[in-house]
Amino acid sequence: MSELTLTVMRLGFLAVLWLFVIVAVQVIRSDLFGTRVTQRGSRREAGRQQQAARQAPPQQRQQSGGGRRGRNAPTKLVVTEGTLTGTTVALQGQTITLGRAHDSTIVLDDDYASSRHARIYPDRDGQWIVEDLGSTNGTYLDRTRLTTPTPIAPGAPIRIGKTVIELRK
Amino acid sequence: MSSTSNSPTHHTSTIGAIGAPSRRNTELALLVFAVVIPVFAYANVGLAINDSVPPGLLSYGLGLGLLAGVGHLVVRKFAPYADPLMLPLATLLNGLGLVVIWRLDQSKRLSNYAEAAPRQLLYSAMGVALLAVVLIFLKDHRVLQRYTYISMAGALFLLILPLVPGLGANIYGAKIWIKIPGLGTLQPGEFAKIVLAVFFAGYLMVKRDALALASRRFMGLYLPRGRDLGPILVVWVISILILVFETDLGTSLLFFGMFVIMLYVATERTSWIVFGLLMSAVGAVGVASFEPHIQTRVQAWLDPMREFELSRAGVQDGVVHSEQAMQALWAFGSGGTLGTGLGQGNSDLIGFAANSDFILATFGEELGLAGVMAILLLYGLIIERGVRTALAARDPFGKLLAIGLSGAFGLQVFVVAGGVMGLIPLTGMTLPFVAYGGSSVIANWALIGILLRISDTARRPAPAPAANPDAEMTQVVRPS
Repeated sequence: MSELTLTVMRLGFLAVLWLFVIVAVQVIRSDLFGTRVTQRGSRREAGRQQQAARQAPPQQRQQSGGGRRGRNAPTKLVVTEGTLTGTTVALQGQTITLGRAHDSTIVLDDDYASSRHARIYPDRDGQWIVEDLGSTNGTYLDRTRLTTPTPIAPGAPIRIGKTVIELRK
Repeated sequence: MSSTSNSPTHHTSTIGAIGAPSRRNTELALLVFAVVIPVFAYANVGLAINDSVPPGLLSYGLGLGLLAGVGHLVVRKFAPYADPLMLPLATLLNGLGLVVIWRLDQSKRLSNYAEAAPRQLLYSAMGVALLAVVLIFLKDHRVLQRYTYISMAGALFLLILPLVPGLGANIYGAKIWIKIPGLGTLQPGEFAKIVLAVFFAGYLMVKRDALALASRRFMGLYLPRGRDLGPILVVWVISILILVFETDLGTSLLFFGMFVIMLYVATERTSWIVFGLLMSAVGAVGVASFEPHIQTRVQAWLDPMREFELSRAGVQDGVVHSEQAMQALWAFGSGGTLGTGLGQGNSDLIGFAANSDFILATFGEELGLAGVMAILLLYGLIIERGVRTALAARDPFGKLLAIGLSGAFGLQVFVVAGGVMGLIPLTGMTLPFVAYGGSSVIANWALIGILLRISDTARRPAPAPAANPDAEMTQVVRPS
């Protein structure tokens, strides 16, 4: 086999190997992995910066955003305090169960949580409701301990033991 | 995404699961790619050594393709939302390993050793079969949590096996194999790695609050209470015992490192890392000062050229001198940036361990720095996928198990690659998926299987709203 052919094959093989690595990184980069990074904390500030950067039609955006209830409906549940801080779950009309039981949607590793502590579900209008499932130490919405299924205002903290969760858009 | 790039000042971010598509077709496309690359390499080796396309090209390509296809179908059926990158990455590494093992089989210098590539293909098939078994029978990784202490007993049993008289086999100074009559040898430590990760995850999930919170602050470090130090001391003693009785530096480092990583992730206390590094340094230095097998390894690391000359001169002073460390460095050196080309290097001079412990040296010589970097990046991507799986997992046990398994995988790559490249003393460990060795390939496919299962659970969209029997009866009170 001629020297030239072998050199071409050698360089070609390295190129193909690196192409695979690059394709694999592209697959990661396009964020196909069911995770996404969202800003916590100063969200409002981030939004303002984003609008300032775009400058174009901020008013229209606000008007369209404030329209129907559907636009205001929360899209995800975020754990803001406790051992699971940072976990998010997409809200897609399913019931979310919280507790220490292994089959809960969010498994709480918390001495103050009961095994089936609370659940969060949408009612027929699409309003999200939190209900305490007879837990020992209670579920708190803002500062009040829940006694009945209660609708969740956007951004209101739900506290279970050391864990705090919020619904966000 | 644009908002995140516009505001670099915000450090807090959340990473979590969204309802993602299953990405199985991406995985299939990458798998085809991952099978084509080794086939290309195989043809390249044949053309370089024998001036002809090797006759086994079709059967070899079909064999690897079949493995990848079976793996893909099992994932598609039983873990449809699993990470799409792990399987192609593992397949590519396994395929490249097969090609290089076959290439070393062709070497005339190694012709008195048995052909290794067909056996390695058989081991890979067994590995993919085990992956399928894991995915089919392990419906939910949280089941493993029930077997926390059984796992501990199982892992200790596996680790002790090589020391049982009549069962253990001492091969080249390390007692980490057991003989199975009629089947060959098995390295129980490779499987113990996975079982031990299950135990650590289950144990730390329960104990992490005590380990993280009950501590005093001293000089910027959180000092844990004496009784909480118990478990880390026990693991330390066990890994030292492995080192002393099985003279296996790599496994000992792997287990202790994995425990420290998981302890750090569970408690978020930097002090554990400091303790871990101190304890492993003390242990390694202590054992190395009286164990001759470890001493030769350290000497070969500090001065490989002297060891090479002693070995060439045939000096008999009671310890085995090894030329391999120096030969591996020469192989990397003669490879240069772009390598000599597949089949055209002289790394087969390394001898019997060329296709197992030292296989990275062959990559270094024939693919050069560019090739080795690509291989290390492939490992890095597998580890990254494992860590990402841990981030996305919604239960603490799954998080810890995923981080433990990918941490152990990463440590193993580091220990082998670092040893062959002369960064740390050489230890007898296998490069996952690439090096020749049945236990290693099979165990690592099982490890990938468990990671795929965790990532499937983490990325799977929540089930459709269950019929809610209370919905009609419950009255919703709306504050007006």
